[in-house]
Amino acid sequence: MGCNTSSTRIKNSQISLRAVLIIQNWYRGYRARLKARRHFALTIFHSLEYADEQDQIQLCNFFSFMLENYTHIRKEEIGLNQLADSKLDMRDKQDYVDLDVPDSYQGPRLQFPLTCADIDLLLEAFKGKQILHAHYVLEVLFETMKLLKQMPNFTQVQTSPSKEITVCGDLHGNLDDLFLIFYKNGLPSGSNPYVFNGDFVDRGRNSIEVLMILCVSFLVYPNDLHLNRGNHEDYMMNLRYGFTKEILHKYKIHGKKILQTLEEFYTWLPIGTIIDNEILVVHGGISETTDLNLLHRVERNKMKSVLMPPREINKDHSSDSKHGNVGVTIGAHGRIKASGCPSEHLPKHEWEQVIDILWSDPRGKKGCFPNTGRGGGCYFGPDITSKILNKFQLKMIIRSHECKPEGYEICHGGKVVTIFSASNYYEEDSNRGAYVKLCSGKNPLFFQYQVTDATCFHTLHQRVSTVENSAIKILRERMISRKTDLICAFQHQDRRKSGKLPVSQWAFCMESILGLNLPWRSLSSNLVIIDQNGNVEYMSSFQNIQIEKPIQEANSALVETLYRYRSDLEIIFNAIDTDHSGLISMEEFRTMWKLFRSHYNVHIDDSQVNKIANIMDLNRDGSIDFTEFLKAFYVVHKYETTMKPEDTNLDT
Amino acid sequence: MADETDREETVVAEFHKKIKGAFEVFDHESNNTVDVREIGTIIRSLGCCPSEGELHDLIAEIEEEEPTGYIRFEKFLPVMTEILLERRYRPIPEDVLLRAFEVLDTANRGFLTKDELIKYMTEEGEPFSQEEMEEMLSAAIDPESNSINYKDYISMMVIDEN
Repeated sequence: MGCNTSSTRIKNSQISLRAVLIIQNWYRGYRARLKARRHFALTIFHSLEYADEQDQIQLCNFFSFMLENYTHIRKEEIGLNQLADSKLDMRDKQDYVDLDVPDSYQGPRLQFPLTCADIDLLLEAFKGKQILHAHYVLEVLFETMKLLKQMPNFTQVQTSPSKEITVCGDLHGNLDDLFLIFYKNGLPSGSNPYVFNGDFVDRGRNSIEVLMILCVSFLVYPNDLHLNRGNHEDYMMNLRYGFTKEILHKYKIHGKKILQTLEEFYTWLPIGTIIDNEILVVHGGISETTDLNLLHRVERNKMKSVLMPPREINKDHSSDSKHGNVGVTIGAHGRIKASGCPSEHLPKHEWEQVIDILWSDPRGKKGCFPNTGRGGGCYFGPDITSKILNKFQLKMIIRSHECKPEGYEICHGGKVVTIFSASNYYEEDSNRGAYVKLCSGKNPLFFQYQVTDATCFHTLHQRVSTVENSAIKILRERMISRKTDLICAFQHQDRRKSGKLPVSQWAFCMESILGLNLPWRSLSSNLVIIDQNGNVEYMSSFQNIQIEKPIQEANSALVETLYRYRSDLEIIFNAIDTDHSGLISMEEFRTMWKLFRSHYNVHIDDSQVNKIANIMDLNRDGSIDFTEFLKAFYVVHKYETTMKPEDTNLDT
Repeated sequence: MADETDREETVVAEFHKKIKGAFEVFDHESNNTVDVREIGTIIRSLGCCPSEGELHDLIAEIEEEEPTGYIRFEKFLPVMTEILLERRYRPIPEDVLLRAFEVLDTANRGFLTKDELIKYMTEEGEPFSQEEMEEMLSAAIDPESNSINYKDYISMMVIDEN
């Protein structure tokens, strides 16, 4: 009996061991697949984001093209030329002093010279969702600019055991993240210095509030709060990525003045910070030609925008090769080449140096390559990092510019650190934010966080689903905007007209038409119906989703084109609409469209466009409310409430 | 004969593309390497379910002579292709999973208590880490009864995956 029981017991425990192993194995598989899905979703967001940034270069080309050709069509100078030359007269202090703050204003009132009481006041006010009056916004910007003008291109900072410094990365208008950082790490002060490494604005909803808090903190502690310029501290980027819109929405009367001030304000932001003579903090990165000595000397305020490279102002339009090409061309490897250097712009080689600092990304591959993902700056390898660090006797580069799932990432053997401080950047739970604390002689210490509401109680599956659904939704909208081209490609492959394609051919079409390098095979089940034989029913992607046509007469190709280029059209429109009234004349619209069409090689005939222009001019006063028109182009998801353009970050 | 080789070649080519796609997503530096700690996730995302022990052996096979902490694609691809071709490490069928829970539920109640589940998962077999245990509990445990109704749980998981 004794033997029997013990052998049964052993057998039982063996069976239960097998059962436990089965459950563990199965759960690990489930969990890993969720993690992979989340990674796929993030890859989608990354690809789309960088593809968008690459479009900026197209736009840059287009602007030069327009500047060259516009004067053929219209006699008088238009706002666009003013934009290009962009020599703002020194705004006088009087400008905003005249701007009265009415007694009825309930928001925060700042007292100059500012003290830490004003920082607290602002934080409380913004937590209460108040808006700072334009008078104070302008005063803060002017005062900050005054101080910044006295600062060198690189701020030199020293740490000590009693004075560690905290470096934060991109905030992108995420006010909650800034609150969280101050809560966890304390407010800036003489003993608690900070570096904010660029990209304070765009994409998030509170760019102006974030900027105001940073500027006010800077004014109170100018030696302990350091601001570096990011690639989004650029008025052209703001036009596309949401800050301009936010300002015009929150400041309906004085928005224009604020925007004009910002244009110059950005150019005075320092290029970088150097900590303890050994750590370089810049927004993007470096290139193999980065020359810090040169960068110390450049007149940084002449760097207006990445989309306005130095060009020669050529009055006659002869393409005289003696003077070089007018405007901008894309060189063999996709780098922007520019020529000419009028006095209010940087010389070409200096401009490129600054672009590299603001736009480059580190990669594992050795060498230095044009950053084809973004269209500006380069990809720099570990050898480049070592070379530049050695050349200037530095030990490490801290940079931002790229969203990382954990909020930070270390690469190039510990010599390059990426720090990104906007949590949930793409979507709820897409990533953590982080900041790093430095002290000479000690290892850097990283702190992570994530702004969550109720989501901290969600299961892993729910959180992954949210990110994944968001990514897939945006991807499907991309597909819709290229529907005609995609169907053409599919049908071309589908010789037997069966409506089905093998996955490999479907994937090939998707990649070549959309120009996105994504794991299409793994994503296919989310995007399209697959039959039992593993073949894709390619038309199934386009069910349940369509672009709402604001005008019945418009054909689908036009609708898709307008939808696809809506961001670009909006920028061009905003550039023409210099008084930010939201209106342009019919003639300006037609001209703009004509130029756009010839440059982008879009095959839409004039009669179609004329029809649209006429319809848009609803009150027959010869002007078009373009913003209204663009708002009409949004994608309708059949089983959801309609999604307005303002709802998607990437579409702003 | 030629037909079959052609088909086999296409199958292999398709596997290669699929493996490459999954690998690239984790290749953060775009240099054809991934962190060795992500290999398990990659293999599982391709539909295979190796145990921790089997995973360990696989990694030993594809690691460098002197482990660098990174796995190169050139070493990963042939090994992974063979796994897919041989249909190794097939996922657990639903009914086997249910049976496993039933075995642990010695009193045949239809559920396991939170403590029982924790004990089994963290003390036996290939024990869970704290993170893995917490995650499983968050979705599995009914907070009112503090137990897991495993039949419902499995059904829910299956829906999740599809």
